[in-house]
Amino acid sequence: MSTDSITWPQAETAAHPFVDKLHEWVTTVDHKRLGILYMVYAMTFLLIAGIEAMIIRIQLIRPHNDFISPQVFNRLFTMHGTTMIFFVIMPFMFGFANYLIPLMIGARDMAFPRLNAFSFWMTAFGGLLLYFSLVGANGLYGAGNAPDVGWFAYAPLTSRTFSVGHSTDFWTLALLVSGFGSIGTAINIIATVFCMRCPGMTLAKMPLFAWLNLVMAGLAILAVSPLTAAQIMLLVDRYLGGHFFDTQAGGSAVIWMHFFWVFGHPEVYILVLPAFAFASEIIPVFSRKPIFGYPVMVGATVAIGFISMSVWAHHMFTVGMSAAANNFFVISTMAIAVPTGIKIFNWLATMWGGKIEFKTPMLFCVAFLFQFLIAGLTGVMQGAAPFDWHLGNSYFVVAHFHYVIVGGILFCLFGAFYYWFPKMSGKMYSETLGKLHFWLFFIGFHLTFDFMHIPGLLGMPRRIYTYEPGRGWDTWNLIVTIGVFFQAAGILVFLGNLLWSYSRGKAAGSDPWDAWTLEWSTPSPPPAYNFFVIPTVKSRRPLWDLKHPADPDWEFE
Amino acid sequence: MNATYIPLEQQPVTAQLPERGRVAMFALIAAEAAIFTIFVVAYIFYIGKSLTGPTPQDVLAAPILYSICLLSSSVTIHLAVKALRVGNVGIFSWWWFSTIALGVMFLYGTATEWHRLIYKEGLTISTNLFGTTYYSLVGLHGFHVVVGLLCLTLVLGFALTGRVKQEHAYRVDVLSLYWHFVDAVWVVVFTVVYIVGR
Repeated sequence: MSTDSITWPQAETAAHPFVDKLHEWVTTVDHKRLGILYMVYAMTFLLIAGIEAMIIRIQLIRPHNDFISPQVFNRLFTMHGTTMIFFVIMPFMFGFANYLIPLMIGARDMAFPRLNAFSFWMTAFGGLLLYFSLVGANGLYGAGNAPDVGWFAYAPLTSRTFSVGHSTDFWTLALLVSGFGSIGTAINIIATVFCMRCPGMTLAKMPLFAWLNLVMAGLAILAVSPLTAAQIMLLVDRYLGGHFFDTQAGGSAVIWMHFFWVFGHPEVYILVLPAFAFASEIIPVFSRKPIFGYPVMVGATVAIGFISMSVWAHHMFTVGMSAAANNFFVISTMAIAVPTGIKIFNWLATMWGGKIEFKTPMLFCVAFLFQFLIAGLTGVMQGAAPFDWHLGNSYFVVAHFHYVIVGGILFCLFGAFYYWFPKMSGKMYSETLGKLHFWLFFIGFHLTFDFMHIPGLLGMPRRIYTYEPGRGWDTWNLIVTIGVFFQAAGILVFLGNLLWSYSRGKAAGSDPWDAWTLEWSTPSPPPAYNFFVIPTVKSRRPLWDLKHPADPDWEFE
Repeated sequence: MNATYIPLEQQPVTAQLPERGRVAMFALIAAEAAIFTIFVVAYIFYIGKSLTGPTPQDVLAAPILYSICLLSSSVTIHLAVKALRVGNVGIFSWWWFSTIALGVMFLYGTATEWHRLIYKEGLTISTNLFGTTYYSLVGLHGFHVVVGLLCLTLVLGFALTGRVKQEHAYRVDVLSLYWHFVDAVWVVVFTVVYIVGR
């Protein structure tokens, strides 16, 4: 047992020329650098897709607006959706998983560092390919344009007849390429969690973060692959004259929907499980209590993983499936609310009786709890097929899934950024700016997405580029658009905070939160090899044991 | 403070964790199996839905000999890995070469079948739904055989230049898992295309 503090001289004191630094970052196989690359990349696309959303909302601010043309509107909502799912949230989640899992399980890197770099660059070039469509999509025929078939690209809209030029091909190839990256990362996470844990860390002693990301990786393997298969079929149809989705030759447009949503619904859980992982780390630390019901949390996660594979067709109630199919998917959709509810109760029970500190990460996580609950409730509403027949394809659906993705996932992501920023940068962020960001974004979020439910209930359909006055939708759309500017202001404060704190913030030290997982035992930022000695753990909170030798956790677990 | 570790307990590594190559290969196989599942579902869903001929009943004949080639290559690769585990590189190379030869035989069988279908029966990928699903599913499997053969040939090259030794048995074993998977998929494809589909 080594008890000395080991101080390392700053190895990189000499200034490197920019080209050398760039070369180091481009060729890196270090899980922490790749994690940061993922996040920087996702942040860039967050800004791009956010601006797209703002343009969409400005167009809808009043009836008969002509800010943009219908064609541009179609391209914008397609690009906004595709970018946000595949090139913002997924890379953010993979970035955090990459950065934190080896640190949390006491490993020096992921299981396959080079596969890790390969996966990142596949994802990165996938995103570039999508946006290259703006230049190259019409091929030799003239100026390019972006895909305009919606993020789920329903057949037969994607056939050669209805989608001339190459915009749909860019969409397909971008998703195919980034899909390979996602599968690579998922394989890497699974191998890391199973094979790289430090001595003493049994599966039952892993931080919940690692558990949730393990289930996420399993889902990614089983869900992204069907998307890959469906994209190959679409390419066969478009390039080789195949008939998979060609209704004129006996093919089926509905089977594309099945294939897409077999991916699409587990995808929601691929995005939300890492968000749960953030909440499961942040809430205990700021409540000064261990997580409530660890085994139940793990069980609920695995249950979500299994059930989420069997709920996909609740996206398709309005297609006209058989009564048996409708019933099955209603019941499975209701069933998945149970383990999710268990998780919410566990987080609440963790906070119950705790000494809660409302620092910025905790504020975001508390908001997440309530917003995700509402998102889940509107989800259960639409999970009932008869109700969905009325609201399918309306703004109610748009409000629901933005409540999940913004109110649930993005809030947790912001919390995670503030929580781990001191570890990644070595600097403390500004708490004042952090709180300002929270309140701006919180107000903006509720203005936009609370009020978006109402035009949906009043019958406003999705994906329309303008609407008639006097249907009772006007005021609601105005409020919704005003909220967007609050959110944009919040994001700007967030970016300003990150940049300012990175250059001017005061040193954070290795453990600013008095936290309990292994990453806080390393210096901030951690060195390339993470741990000078590979640690040995005895409980789920190794740093608690260390700080409280008289009252260690492992006596009670 | 910035460069300070909180001291941690250290003990010699005693715990036995699974090998990462094996875990990763099983994960990859799960992903590949999901891709094949979608193609198999599409094939079954579209059986008998073609609006024009030719139909599977008219033109397909089960390639039993070539299927036996592919399936027996699972046995030869197993024998190869077994030989390498005890350090017998000569026997390993021989069985490894047999595996490649059997795989090439199988691909030759597919090639002649496709040649007959395209030039004699006039069935291409764009002829009808049967053509689309048949060439996609069998082609996807054939693509995996080609990738497997490339990897196997690479290892054979290493073996012939004396670079494969007993300590590499584990890596070769991981590669053989992939080859077993490719063979197992053929059992499913064969059943669906040549038995259920007709």
